[in-house]
Amino acid sequence: MKVRIKFKKYGSLRFIGHLDVMRFFQKVMRRAQIPIAFTAGYNPHMIMSFASPLGIGLTSEGEYFDIELDGHISSAEAVRRMNAVTADGIEVVSFRQIAEEKKMTGMAIVAAADYLTDCRCLETGAAFTQELVAGFIGQQEIVVTKQTKRSEQETDIRPLIYQMELTKQGIYLQLAAGSAQNLKPELVMSALCRFAGIEEPSIAWTRHRLEMYADLASEPERAEGIRKLVTLEALGKDIE
Amino acid sequence: MRKLALPDEILLKIEKPARYIGGEVNSVTKDPDKVDIRFAMCFPDVYEIGMSHLGIQILYDMFNRRKDVWCERVYSPWVDLHKIMKEQQIPLFALESQDPIRKFDFLGITLQYEMCYTNVLQILDLSQIPMHSIDRTWDDPIVIGGGPCAYNPEPMADFFDLFYIGEGETVYDQLMVTYKLCRQEGKSRLEFLECAAGIEGIYVPRLYEPSYHEDGVLADFRPITPHAPAKVKKQAVMGMDEVVYPMSPVVPFIKATQDRVVLEIMRGCIRGCRFCQAGMIYRPTRERSVDTLKQYAKTMLDNTGHEEICLSSLSSSDYSGLQELVTFLIEEYQGKGINISLPSLRIDAFSLDAMQKVQDIRKSSLTFAPEAGSQRMRNVINKGLTEEDILDGAGQAFAGGWAKVKLYFMLGLPTETEEDMAEIAVLADKVARKYYELPKEQRQGKCQITTSTSFFVPKPFTPFQWAAMCPAEEYVRRASIVKHAFAKQLNRKSLKYNWHDAEVTILEGVFARGDRRVGKVLEEAYHLGCLFDSWTETFRNEPWMQAFENTGVDPEFYTLRNRGEDELFPWDFIDIGVSRQFLRREWELAMKETVTPNCRQQCSGCGASGFGGGVCYEGQN
Repeated sequence: MKVRIKFKKYGSLRFIGHLDVMRFFQKVMRRAQIPIAFTAGYNPHMIMSFASPLGIGLTSEGEYFDIELDGHISSAEAVRRMNAVTADGIEVVSFRQIAEEKKMTGMAIVAAADYLTDCRCLETGAAFTQELVAGFIGQQEIVVTKQTKRSEQETDIRPLIYQMELTKQGIYLQLAAGSAQNLKPELVMSALCRFAGIEEPSIAWTRHRLEMYADLASEPERAEGIRKLVTLEALGKDIE
Repeated sequence: MRKLALPDEILLKIEKPARYIGGEVNSVTKDPDKVDIRFAMCFPDVYEIGMSHLGIQILYDMFNRRKDVWCERVYSPWVDLHKIMKEQQIPLFALESQDPIRKFDFLGITLQYEMCYTNVLQILDLSQIPMHSIDRTWDDPIVIGGGPCAYNPEPMADFFDLFYIGEGETVYDQLMVTYKLCRQEGKSRLEFLECAAGIEGIYVPRLYEPSYHEDGVLADFRPITPHAPAKVKKQAVMGMDEVVYPMSPVVPFIKATQDRVVLEIMRGCIRGCRFCQAGMIYRPTRERSVDTLKQYAKTMLDNTGHEEICLSSLSSSDYSGLQELVTFLIEEYQGKGINISLPSLRIDAFSLDAMQKVQDIRKSSLTFAPEAGSQRMRNVINKGLTEEDILDGAGQAFAGGWAKVKLYFMLGLPTETEEDMAEIAVLADKVARKYYELPKEQRQGKCQITTSTSFFVPKPFTPFQWAAMCPAEEYVRRASIVKHAFAKQLNRKSLKYNWHDAEVTILEGVFARGDRRVGKVLEEAYHLGCLFDSWTETFRNEPWMQAFENTGVDPEFYTLRNRGEDELFPWDFIDIGVSRQFLRREWELAMKETVTPNCRQQCSGCGASGFGGGVCYEGQN
């Protein structure tokens, strides 16, 4: 049985990197005695795959990973047991059965993610107005230089920004995510700073991931630019 | 939400910020208003090293079992953060509360190796605690040292208020009670230190004074007040099954060097190798029962979620319940995704069979530590291992499918000749020959015999405490003799030879057997920028040489000098329970190349039976 786990990451645990979060959950599985399945072979390891790594410094209330079970446990019991042995800063939100097909696991289906970003630098933060954000997102194209390991590349990120608006908590962003196309919120924020003609403050962004989505639109629909986003959590159902 | 001592701007700029945030699973948080004593326990090295240390986990657990004590942890900030903390005057903090160390009642620092001494000074400096004990007031914590290097505390004497000599489980409670009482009664800091000196095993360096002969040799060392005893007695636990052991050790977020459940199966060693300090200071050998360990294994795995378990001791092959314990662990956990990590065991049919079950033999290597190349030299150091043992073991291992062997040796041992050095290469070659004796179809290509040598450093409380060291150039010459000998071997293409750095060896030698006068060298070296000296990437020898010059201390006095039979040593005021007469007898037997039987074969009357337990009384009940 395949199961999707949704969790939050907050507080000081924003300084724990992706690989360490994986190690953390491997130990949580043992401490909580979740009947997780192992791979066969000489060095068996837990069958566990994460949807999308979260960078150091980010908090989130919508992180996901999928596991495989080889025994029964109810969703409520699993959530309770895992939260009893977690650390302050990681909280399990749900534990739900998902479809068995391989292409439906987290990593393969992530299509978009919501972020909330804010600038902790007061001066820069105050410069972001409704008009400015609207002007920014109203552009036909937003060309940025993407640093890859080997080269620099000019890309238009406008099609990868699905939504953007200034809210009381900060700037809300819905961005393309996943293995096909992925846009990091800090790239949008630097483009915004350049658009506004203000100097970008170093390490002064708070970045928070809110949710991750799959896109259920069919191929023809996608070709027309139609997206049918559903949360990864909504694709599962509680185990009694 | 927990507050952090460091702002995001810093945490996002430095390497591995998770080293400094605390909050790990099984870490302990208490209400500071509801405890009487706040204890900061420090391992003066980077987090991943410090978190791997069993002793700290034991003491952390032991202290936190007390309602009136909150024990927290602190490690050395890595050089990147060190620089920022110095520049911005950020005080060093404990991981759990993120409160400044200076606010604590105690700062306990474990001294595991000499090359961490500048890191100790860093801890004091960043904590903004006066470097010298005499300059501290009740506004500062009581700084207490422990661990193996505390068996010669003198190089660090000026920097510590107290030293705890021996195993922490015995008199810390008494020290806590004494502290609370002294504070309630409004006693002065000095009065508290005098009370503490009355507790067995506690050494208060300020209450003692050394004097020296004209030639620099220690003339006298005695207490200057009636509160302090002339001899400080090492503490050792006798009831290994009754003493506290951490059932829920702290589980780090980032990968520590030792990321596993550690079962301490015994303390001490029956072997009595003459170079080995641990083999003397942890006498008598004491075992935990297999039943206790089985129970610990289960509880600790459940409470940590670790995927690996390992055994810890000085010589696991000498643990009398080894077969039963290893068989239990394999049957219970093999196939449940739990790795069983076996320590370097003596190679025999049982250990090879066990290793075949728990590891991938194609990838793993077997380790032998003959320590010396020739049988003559092995007799001098009392290493019971014979060439036959090694070659038989290697032969069995090769037949079982292994093709990689690691060999460890020391260079610069007392009485060593060029012939002894060359024998290292010869022995490595004999091991390789053993492999090529196998029929070709049983081999997997070439074998890989990796030989490493380190330079011997004489340590206090060993039979070799009288030995002189060599100059750095001589160590390098000896390594090159070994290197040339390797080039002459038949199977040289299957042999690899590595040797350690000689500069660090000399420094270790100075501080291992140093006296109070070398403390100022440490301080000067720290001010000249020495830090993380046990890391090859950060070690620099020039500032150390400058520090000797600036302070007028001659390192050769400590390393090259032949010490007389009756010379008073700076550490002689400590009573480890093993007599100086025994150590001297062993030195003389070494010179005669005579082997001493191990504790189970025959008692050699070292004195450790005075503790009333352990191997000295085995089979007598």
